Amino acid sequence: MVELSTSYLGLSLKNPLVAAASPLSQKVSTVQALEQKGVAAIVVYSLFEEQITLESLKLHEDLMRTSDTFAEAHTGFPDLGLYRMGPEPYLDHLRALKKSVEIPVIASLNGVTSGGWIEYAQKIEQTGVDALELNIYYLATDVEINATQLEDTYLELVTNIRQRVRFPLAVKMSPFFTSLPNFAKRLTQAGANGLVLFNRFYQPDFDLENLEVVPHLVLSNSEELRLPLRWIAILFGKIKADLALTSGVHSAEDMLKSLMAGASVTMVASEFLQNGIDQATRFLDDLQSWMEAHEYSSVKQMIGSMSQQAVADPATFERVNYMKVLSTYTM
Amino acid sequence: MKKNMITIDGNEATAYIAHKLSEVIAIYPITPSSNMGEFADEWSALKRKNLWGTVPLVIEMQSEGGAAGAVHGALQTGSLTTTFTASQGLLLMIPNMFKIAGELTSTVFHVSARAVATHALSIFGDHSDVMATRSTGFALLSSCSVQEAHDLATIAHAATLESRVPFLHFFDGFRTSHEVNKIEQLTDEQLRAMIDDNLVHAHRARGLSPDHPVLRGSAQNPDVFFQARETVNPFYAACPDIVQKTMDKFASIVGRSYHLFDYVGSPDADRVIIIMGSGAETAGETAAYLSERGEKVGVIKVRLYRPFSVKHFLKTLPPTVKSIAVLDRTKEPGAAGEPLYQDIVTAINEGLAEGSAPYNQFANRPYPRVIGGRYGLSSKEFTPAMVKGVFDELAKLEPKNHFTIGIVDDVSHTSLDYDHNFHIEAPETVRAVFWGLGSDGTVGANKNSIKIIGEETDNYAQGYFFYDSKKSGTVTLSHLRFGPKPIRAPYLIGSANFVACHQFSFLERYDVTKYAAPGAVFLLNSIYGPDEVWDKLPIETQQAIIDKKLKFYIINAYEVAKNTGMGGRINTIMQTCFFAISGVLPREQAIAEIKHAIEKTYGKRGEAVVKQNFAAVDQSIANLHEVKVPQKASSTITRQLPIPEEAPKYVKDVLASIIKLDGDNLPVSAFPVDGTFPTATTQFEKRNITLEIPVWEPDLCIQCGKCSFVCPHAVIREKLYDPSYLDKAPEGWLAVDGKWKEFPNTKYTIAVAPEDCTGCGLCVEVCPAKDKTQTGRKAINMASQPPIRKREAIKWDYFLSLPEVDRTMVSPKSVKNSQLLQPLFEFSGACAGCGETPYIKLLTQLFGDRIVIANATGCSSIYGGNLPTSPYAKNKEGRGPAWSNSLFEDNAEFGLGMRLTIDKQQELAREFLVQVASEVGQELVDGILNADQTTEAGIKAQRERVALLKQSLEKSNNPIAKNLVSIADVLVRKSVWILGGDGWAYDIGYGGLDHVLASGRNVNVLVLDTEVYSNTGGQASKSTPRAAVAKFAAQGKAIPKKDLGMIAMAYGYVYVARVAFGASDQQTLNAFLEADAYDGPSIIIAYSHCAMHGYDLIKGLDQQKLAVQSGAWPLYRFNPTLASEGKNPLIIDSKEPTIPVQQYAYNESRYRMLLKSDEQRAEALMKLAEKDARNRWNLYRQMAAMIYEGDEKG
Repeated sequence: MVELSTSYLGLSLKNPLVAAASPLSQKVSTVQALEQKGVAAIVVYSLFEEQITLESLKLHEDLMRTSDTFAEAHTGFPDLGLYRMGPEPYLDHLRALKKSVEIPVIASLNGVTSGGWIEYAQKIEQTGVDALELNIYYLATDVEINATQLEDTYLELVTNIRQRVRFPLAVKMSPFFTSLPNFAKRLTQAGANGLVLFNRFYQPDFDLENLEVVPHLVLSNSEELRLPLRWIAILFGKIKADLALTSGVHSAEDMLKSLMAGASVTMVASEFLQNGIDQATRFLDDLQSWMEAHEYSSVKQMIGSMSQQAVADPATFERVNYMKVLSTYTM
Repeated sequence: MKKNMITIDGNEATAYIAHKLSEVIAIYPITPSSNMGEFADEWSALKRKNLWGTVPLVIEMQSEGGAAGAVHGALQTGSLTTTFTASQGLLLMIPNMFKIAGELTSTVFHVSARAVATHALSIFGDHSDVMATRSTGFALLSSCSVQEAHDLATIAHAATLESRVPFLHFFDGFRTSHEVNKIEQLTDEQLRAMIDDNLVHAHRARGLSPDHPVLRGSAQNPDVFFQARETVNPFYAACPDIVQKTMDKFASIVGRSYHLFDYVGSPDADRVIIIMGSGAETAGETAAYLSERGEKVGVIKVRLYRPFSVKHFLKTLPPTVKSIAVLDRTKEPGAAGEPLYQDIVTAINEGLAEGSAPYNQFANRPYPRVIGGRYGLSSKEFTPAMVKGVFDELAKLEPKNHFTIGIVDDVSHTSLDYDHNFHIEAPETVRAVFWGLGSDGTVGANKNSIKIIGEETDNYAQGYFFYDSKKSGTVTLSHLRFGPKPIRAPYLIGSANFVACHQFSFLERYDVTKYAAPGAVFLLNSIYGPDEVWDKLPIETQQAIIDKKLKFYIINAYEVAKNTGMGGRINTIMQTCFFAISGVLPREQAIAEIKHAIEKTYGKRGEAVVKQNFAAVDQSIANLHEVKVPQKASSTITRQLPIPEEAPKYVKDVLASIIKLDGDNLPVSAFPVDGTFPTATTQFEKRNITLEIPVWEPDLCIQCGKCSFVCPHAVIREKLYDPSYLDKAPEGWLAVDGKWKEFPNTKYTIAVAPEDCTGCGLCVEVCPAKDKTQTGRKAINMASQPPIRKREAIKWDYFLSLPEVDRTMVSPKSVKNSQLLQPLFEFSGACAGCGETPYIKLLTQLFGDRIVIANATGCSSIYGGNLPTSPYAKNKEGRGPAWSNSLFEDNAEFGLGMRLTIDKQQELAREFLVQVASEVGQELVDGILNADQTTEAGIKAQRERVALLKQSLEKSNNPIAKNLVSIADVLVRKSVWILGGDGWAYDIGYGGLDHVLASGRNVNVLVLDTEVYSNTGGQASKSTPRAAVAKFAAQGKAIPKKDLGMIAMAYGYVYVARVAFGASDQQTLNAFLEADAYDGPSIIIAYSHCAMHGYDLIKGLDQQKLAVQSGAWPLYRFNPTLASEGKNPLIIDSKEPTIPVQQYAYNESRYRMLLKSDEQRAEALMKLAEKDARNRWNLYRQMAAMIYEGDEKG
């Protein structure tokens, strides 16, 4: 019998399979099912401050548009009393999840204003969830803003939140930093207990018929694993934070690779969305079988076992590998 | 006990009591009573309980007739039941009212009294509806003010239980129903003390029950009916005393005292006015004012009008009275006098005859002179000056009887003159007038200010709001009074201490400062700073500021709104400025109260809204500036005429006055005697309501016509013309080669009417042509209007002067071609981005020169037929749609009647025609009789034949020939189109619509389906889809939308189409052409995006597409002609649903708001809505796959 347990953000997890932030966490019943299928922790979909603000302003605008504009119709809609427009529905959901499952519940937050980030982080902590994943992204489109300014914004934010909450914080990162290890280190110094690699973004696409830009999100595939795999392997052992790998985990093999690179946990969403949450059981069974077949006794044993520090040729991770890949093909 | 003072309007004050004292409430929306039903529905939705601890059951019916029926049934089975209505709605209740009264059933109908439609519809207040119920046997109890509406509603509910006489409690529509005033709210304890539960039990015991069965509602014969009818007399005899007893009880509990007739004024008055409703408040205040100054005048306020108690009346009348004026707020043409007048004359004569009259001591005239007069029809102003005018008339030796007051009657010379400068306003009352736009939030902010002052200070407050009749660019005027004493002034402010103009452009069009008293404060929203604004004012405004010594302030509210993300809503900003400079409250306190009010009003919509408004408040004061007023007016700008010089005389003389809000000064002679007005007049009302208009980019244009097709206001048009017209084209004229094979060597231009556009942007949204180097640039783009207005206006005029396309040369079957046809519906007052008007415009493009339109009351009758101007237009031959609105409920039948005339006259004309063959020649007769009029060319040829016929018979003395000439035009093909919204087609008019479709007659029905009662403020109809929130479906509609098309298809011989022009303009076009061509009944159900759906209508076309893609709105055409050919008549024009309904629905607040208030219910209903869409699709698919047998086989 192999030992699958791991620890992440100071939380003891029965295995390294975590459900990543996704619509899967919208329903308590789905999260309960994920728990039953063996998932060790759940990251809840993000609370978006911008969305809360926009929803609120939009509803207001829509209701005002038909108010007091015409003698016969002083309003256009009935007054439904209180609208649940703020973070409360999300916070209630967190509370409900905490009551309904045994596994750790990790909330996720995307703020806009500095005040919003802090206020919502504190409110999330008060719900009793186990940790918070900060879903931070600032897309630099302003030519006047340099890399340092951007990075400082992230660091200031993490520092500010860290000062006001006590529960563990993870930062979900974007891969687009010039010196990712240095930035990762500074994030941990600012107070991040864990780093989640990497955030996946909606990428705009073009509709050629209508010449329009359309938002587009494709679910991940195993090919995407290699980007976070490399960076986790590089970061492992160099920073004081747990690492989580998300993007591209679609099989037990992907999990194994992630763990060996140095991830404490692997986070899965696309596979569950595409092929159902039964995949969790399959992953864990396959993981166990592989470990048994290869005579591994525990997950902890393999974490970081193929990190840059641990492999025979650390330079492998540093090369761009272009030459080798080409030569492989020509052989 | 501390009084609970609240600031509400008359409808809310009344509905509060009705909801407290009822168990069942059956309602139907009608202005101005709709709010009462809405309040009741909302309160029940929020589980607010009545006096007996249960939540009243509120149901919306399909019409007022239906509501009255349901009320009758609920009463007959023992419920405490009420309803709310007005005007035509009350008329529809009359049959049941006779029954309810005949059966001595306790109930109260609350009525915000409104004019009954005669020569025109009016939504405004008078007593013509209430007076029409005089014979029903209902008691009629009148309230004069918001507080009285609250109090007398209670008295009515209590008195009806004891007297068993049903009560109609009424107050003046708008003037009281919509006036916001500070009143004392009755407590549950007070209400409890007013209602005797023993009487409630007795009412229930009279209810029908199989446990103690009886029969009620028998049929009776001549032998007994009469006697049985007389049995009720003792109840009516006792009723006045019961009401007075109830009023006395109320006085002992609450402290406010009422009488059946209340007297105000000098105890020894020699002149007395008798009046009821809000006018009595004005008359009473004026009488008190005058008697304090020594005049012997008084006013009797009639409260219980039916049963009329001669005894109580005579006791109230001062014995010293010499002359009496009875004022009626109604008109009964042909009567000996108006109803209240007749009653007073009768009462006095009875009193004299019986010796109970107190004033027979005058030797030279043993009885007072009684004259009657009319005032205040349709909320016409009734002021202290008019009251004084009537008192002055009464002082004359021979006062004028059957007079009018408040108008100038230069036809029958009924009107009294009066001194317009007579005022009685208390000097300590602060009076403020605000000019705003419907969309800028001015009225809402003022309602908020009234609440702040009324509820957070010891001051009393009053607000009344005026709106013009447009749905886009609506001008609003808010009249606010504040003061230390209760405000009893139900008339507009004539002279204000504070005037605010929230829209700079109003200065160009209106005399904004006319309301300002000398020394008043004038606040202007100005994009110009304090140093430059003076030169931007019209000289008339400058002069008024100087002459009246106004203190002049400005704020750039747009700038503050922009900086704080408020968009076009400047409400909070202007409100803050008002408080900052009016001195009504200390500035700091005012700002704190505004913020408190913001939290209270908007807090439930989320913190972001509150923060945004707080920011606007904080930035307002810093941007407020006092302007140093020069000593001399120097502007080169003058106020503009409301219409161009070249407009027809009638437009200039009459309609222009209405346009500049000066219609009150038009005399009787200015108007047609029968409500007939010229069409094609919106073209003269250059409203300039948008700051952005579309501009055409010819190099990108593909000449598809889509921009023109979707334009709700017909401001974008295209023409093909001979290149020679370029020679005289004005500067900046744009043209490209026309891309029509049938019109070679032509030029093509798209033109925009810059001063008529509402800036909705639908044209830009729909434009498919994009710049290949810069895809954000389309073939039509929005641009700032002011800099190009003049140039574009010149271009537009030139465009109109170009010849229209030869209709006989254009096949209208493609969207591209259809847009070459002249629209005969233009520049209506519909909302910017309206989803209905593109259909009407298309209808007029295709058949406008030969259609008669029957239009149900609703949005389409308001933007189609509300004065001042008509959007229905004429072509250069003078032809165009002839339009009429009868009622809401009867429109299908009204249209059918039009068809019957055409059919009969065509038959008659053809009969006459053969009889004049010898005079005009057989060839012409045959040509006319056998004409093929299925094409434009055929119709044109027939017009020429008929013209020839008329010419040939012009001088004939043959009576048949003369008869034929009088109807000959009918020989040219005519179509009848019956237009209305879903409230009409699905609900109130459905019975008639069904019958008309079943008749098989050749009528065309266009249902402009917005899925709610849009015109009255978004009440649910049977068209409202499942899961959508609407008034009366506040928790989301639980049942699916009625499938009107399916019902119509069931006849088999009715052409049915369901269209959505934003999803498929071509399918829409096909449906219109087929419906008109079909020689039988047709109905087109047209998806009409609407402001009441809760989103920015610039996305209206996208929403139409999503509605179709999700299956929420499948497109189809059911053409019985195909069935006769052996083909399946049903063609589904849309594809199987490809997206979930929620992807469409949750873009709209009508669905999304439920998700935010009750997520679980929203999700459950949405799931059902998804199922509805799938099931409907499957059903249609199966129907479309059925095998049909053609006529030959059958």
